[in-house]
Amino acid sequence: MSHFLAYALPGIPYGCVFALLAVGLVLTYNTTGVLNLAFGAQAYVSALAFYVAIGAGFGRWWSFVLAVLLLSAALGLVLERSLFRFVRSAPVVVGIVSALGLLIAIPGITVLVFGSGERLKPPALLLDPVRVYAHLGSVPLNGIEISTTAVTVLTALGLAALYRLTPLGLQMRAVVESPRLAELEGVNSARVSSVSWVLSSLLAGLAGVMLAPLYAQLSVLDFTGLLVGALAAAAAGGFTSLPLTLAGGIALGIAQQVIGAYLPSGSVLANGLEPSLPFLVLIVLLVALPGFRRKRELSDPMASCDPPAAPLAASLRTGSLNRAVRIGGLLLAVAFLASALTWVSGVWLFVVTEGIVLSVIFLSVTVLTGMSGQISLCQATFAGVGAFAAGQLGDHLGLSVFAGIAVGAVLAAALGALIAVPTLRMGAMALAVATLAFALLADNILFPLGWVGNGAAGVTVARPQLGPISFQNPKAFFVLALVVLVVCAAAVHFTRRGTAGRFLAAMDGSSTGAAATGVNVSGMRVAVFAFSAAIAGAGGALYGSLLTNVSSNDFVYELSLVFVVIVVTTGARTIEGAIQAGMAYAVIQQLLTYLPSRFAALLPVVFGLGALTYARHPEGAVEFQKRLWTRRLLGLLGRAGPDNAATEPGAGGAGAGAGAGAGAGAGAGGAEDARALGAL
Amino acid sequence: MALLEAHEISKRFGRITALDTISIDADSGEAIGLIGPNGAGKTTLFNCLLGILRPDSGSVVFDGVRLDHLPTHRRSRLGLARTFQRMELFTGMTVREHLFVAGEAATRSARHWWDVRGWPWWWQSVSPDERSQADETISLLGLDDVADTVVEALTLGQGRLVELGRALASRPRLLMLDEPSSGLDANETAALAGVLRRVREEHGTTIVLVEHDLHMVSQVVDRVIVLVLGRLVAEGTMEEVMASPMVRDAYLGAS
Repeated sequence: MSHFLAYALPGIPYGCVFALLAVGLVLTYNTTGVLNLAFGAQAYVSALAFYVAIGAGFGRWWSFVLAVLLLSAALGLVLERSLFRFVRSAPVVVGIVSALGLLIAIPGITVLVFGSGERLKPPALLLDPVRVYAHLGSVPLNGIEISTTAVTVLTALGLAALYRLTPLGLQMRAVVESPRLAELEGVNSARVSSVSWVLSSLLAGLAGVMLAPLYAQLSVLDFTGLLVGALAAAAAGGFTSLPLTLAGGIALGIAQQVIGAYLPSGSVLANGLEPSLPFLVLIVLLVALPGFRRKRELSDPMASCDPPAAPLAASLRTGSLNRAVRIGGLLLAVAFLASALTWVSGVWLFVVTEGIVLSVIFLSVTVLTGMSGQISLCQATFAGVGAFAAGQLGDHLGLSVFAGIAVGAVLAAALGALIAVPTLRMGAMALAVATLAFALLADNILFPLGWVGNGAAGVTVARPQLGPISFQNPKAFFVLALVVLVVCAAAVHFTRRGTAGRFLAAMDGSSTGAAATGVNVSGMRVAVFAFSAAIAGAGGALYGSLLTNVSSNDFVYELSLVFVVIVVTTGARTIEGAIQAGMAYAVIQQLLTYLPSRFAALLPVVFGLGALTYARHPEGAVEFQKRLWTRRLLGLLGRAGPDNAATEPGAGGAGAGAGAGAGAGAGAGGAEDARALGAL
Repeated sequence: MALLEAHEISKRFGRITALDTISIDADSGEAIGLIGPNGAGKTTLFNCLLGILRPDSGSVVFDGVRLDHLPTHRRSRLGLARTFQRMELFTGMTVREHLFVAGEAATRSARHWWDVRGWPWWWQSVSPDERSQADETISLLGLDDVADTVVEALTLGQGRLVELGRALASRPRLLMLDEPSSGLDANETAALAGVLRRVREEHGTTIVLVEHDLHMVSQVVDRVIVLVLGRLVAEGTMEEVMASPMVRDAYLGAS
C-alpha cells in the first residue's frame, strides 16, 4: 500500500493540473457554450507574463496582480467583446473554429511580443516547489503538490458555489441557452456573458501560474498539450459535473504515474501507454458516454430572430462572380503555368509547387467541413499516413511513388472510415474532440514507430519516374502536382454537384430530416470521411515526394488545426477556397523567411486571427470580400441596384441581389433577394 | 391486408410511459387522424414507426415487411415519409433542392446500406424528369415564388409546406404529418386540406395526420384514433369519437 502511495502521490499534482484546466473548460463551456480549446494557450499567456514580470523585478504578488488579475481579465473581456459575443447563438462549428483560431494565434502572438528565448525554472507563486513541507505516512509532500492540490480544490469549490448557489450562476446558465430569452426576463445578457469570460480567463491565468513550476522550462507546448488530459477529465464529468471532473482529473494523473511505475520500465507498453493514457481515456469516454456526444445540438428557441447567415454554398453566389471566377481563374492558371515553367526561380517554383500540394490536402477539408459540415482535427494525420505509406512501400517493396500515392490514399481512406464508425453519432463538438485525440495519439504512438514514420529520422519518399520523364526535375514535378490537384478538384466538384453533394448538404442541414427522407446518413458520413481522408492521403504522399524526406514532425496535430482554420478563412465551400488557402500558406511562409526569425510566428497569427472572422462570415472572410467587391464593381458598372444590400445580413436595403439581372445568375440572385428580404 | 400494422408498441422515457402498448392499423389508401392532448405520445409514435426512436417493445409491419430492425432511411425508401412538428429542414438549401434530395433518395440510391455501391451516382446531376416532378410538387403546394429561396428565409407556414413537399417528393405510400397546419392561417389550412385530399385521390397515398385543428382533421380523414398519455382511448369516426365520454373528459374537458 505504501508503495502504491509512493507512486500515486506524485501523480496528484499532475492530476490537479488536468483537473484545474478541466474545471475551467467545463465552466466556460456551461456558461458560454464554447468549448474553449484555447484555454491552455490562455494559461500560458499568464504564466509567461508572470515570468517576465518577476524577471523585471516585480514582487511575486505584484506580478500575480499584473499577469493574472489584470492581463487575464482584460484578455477575457477583449475576447468576449470582439469574438465570443458573436459566437453565442451560432452553430457549434463556429465556436470550435474560433477557439482553434485563438489556440493557433495566441502562442504566435506571445513570440512576437516577448520573443522566443528559453525560460528556465519558472517561479512559483505559493510555497517553494521542491521543499518538503509535510509527510503523508512515509511519503513526503513538497510545495508544488500541496499548493496545486489546495488551489484546485478551493477553486472547484468556489466555482461550484458560484454556479449553483448565486443568482449570477443561474443567469450564466440561462444566457448560454438563449441570450434573448434571458433578456426578456430582465437579465443583462451582454454583461453576464462578459462576466463569464472574464471569470474563465482568470481561471486560465491562475492555472497557468500555478502549473508553470511543474516544468523545468516554460514552453507553450506543455500547456497546449495538457489540453487532452483536461478534456479527458472534463469528459469524465460529462462536461457538466464539476466534482466528477475534479475526481476524473486527479484519477487520471494518478493512473498515469502508477502505470509508469508498475509496468516494466523501458518496455514498449510502458513507453506507449503512459503518455497516451489521456487520449485513450478521452476516446473511450467519448464513445462510451452518451451525454456529451450530442450536446449543444439544441438551438436557441429564439434563433429565428437573427437574420439568416450569408449563403455558404458556391451555388448561391451571384452568377457574375461565378463567371468572373471561372474566366479569371482560367486566365490566372494559364499565366501561372506559363510563368512557372519559364522564368520563375528555383526557390519560388518550389514554393508554388508546395502551395499546389497543400491545396490538394486542403481540399480534404473542403470535402469534410465545406460539403458535409463535419469537422475533423486529424487531417494532417491522414496526410502523414499517405506520405509514410508511399515512403515505406517504396523503401521496402520498391513500389513506384505513383502506386505509393494510390496506396497511401486507400490506407488513409480506410483509417478515415475506421474513425468515422465509432464517431457516427457524435455531434460537431464531440467529433472535433475525438478526432483531435486521435491526431495526438498518432503523433505520440503511431508515427514514431519504425515501420510507420520512423521517428525524427523520418522516411524517404522518392521522386517518381515515368518512362523517360524524371520528376526529380522541379518543373516536371510542378506539372505532376498540378495534374493531381486537377484530378482531386474534379472529383470534389462532381461530388458536390451530384446526388452525393446534395445528400451531404441535406445531412448538414438536418440529419434527422435527411434520414427520414431516405438518405443513409451513417453510410454517407463514413463515405465522406473516407473520401476526405483519401484526398488528404494522396496529398500527403505527394507532399512527401516533394520534400523527399518526411518525419512525424511534418504532420503534427497542430497542423490539422491550422488546416481547418485556414480553409474556413478562405472559404470552405469552394474549390478555389482550398487553392487560395494552399497558395497563401506556402507563399506567406516563404515571404516571412525574408524577415527576422521571430516573425516566422506571424504565419499562425495571421491565419489564427483570420479564423476569428468565421463567426461573422461563415462563408469565409476571403469569400465574403469577393462577393462584396463583385457587388461594388457591378454597382459601379451600373448593372445592379444599390450595392449595400445583402452584403451584410441585417444591414437592410431593399435593392438586394446584385447580379440578379445578369442573365444566367437569375436563380442564384433570386435566392439572395429572398435572403435580403429575410434579413429585414 | 393492412398496409401498416403497428402491434403493441411501448416506449418509456425514464419513468414516463410515452406509449403504452399501442396497436394501430392503416389500410392502403386510408386516411387516419391521430389526435390527443399535448404529451399524448403522437410524435413519439411517429418516431417509433419511422425508426427515429426504437420502441421498447412491439413490432411494426409495413406492406408485409417487418420494420423493427431497419434503420430510418431504409423505412423511408420502403415508402414511409413524414413531416416534423419541430421542422427539420435542410438549412442552406433551396426549396427545389429539398425536393431533389427526396426524389433522388427514393429512386436512385442502391437498396443496400452501403450507398457507395452505385458509385457513378455521385456525379449525376438532376434529370429533366426529376426537374419536372419537382416543379409539379412545387406548384401543387403553391411554392412557385419561393422555389429557389433558401429555406431559412421562408415563413413558418411556407416551411411546413416545404416539409410536406419533401415528403411527397419521395412518392410515399404512407404519409405521416405532424401538425402540418400549425403556423398556417385559415385559408392556407383549407388549401392544405385540399392538397392532402388530392394527393390521396391521385396517388392512393395512406395518410396519418396528427393535428390539433379538428375541423381540418374532419375534412381529411376517414377515421380517428385518440391517444391520451400514451394510451389509446378511442377509435372510430369523428362523430363516434367525439361522443365518447372518455375523450371529452381527457381531451376536450375544458371546452
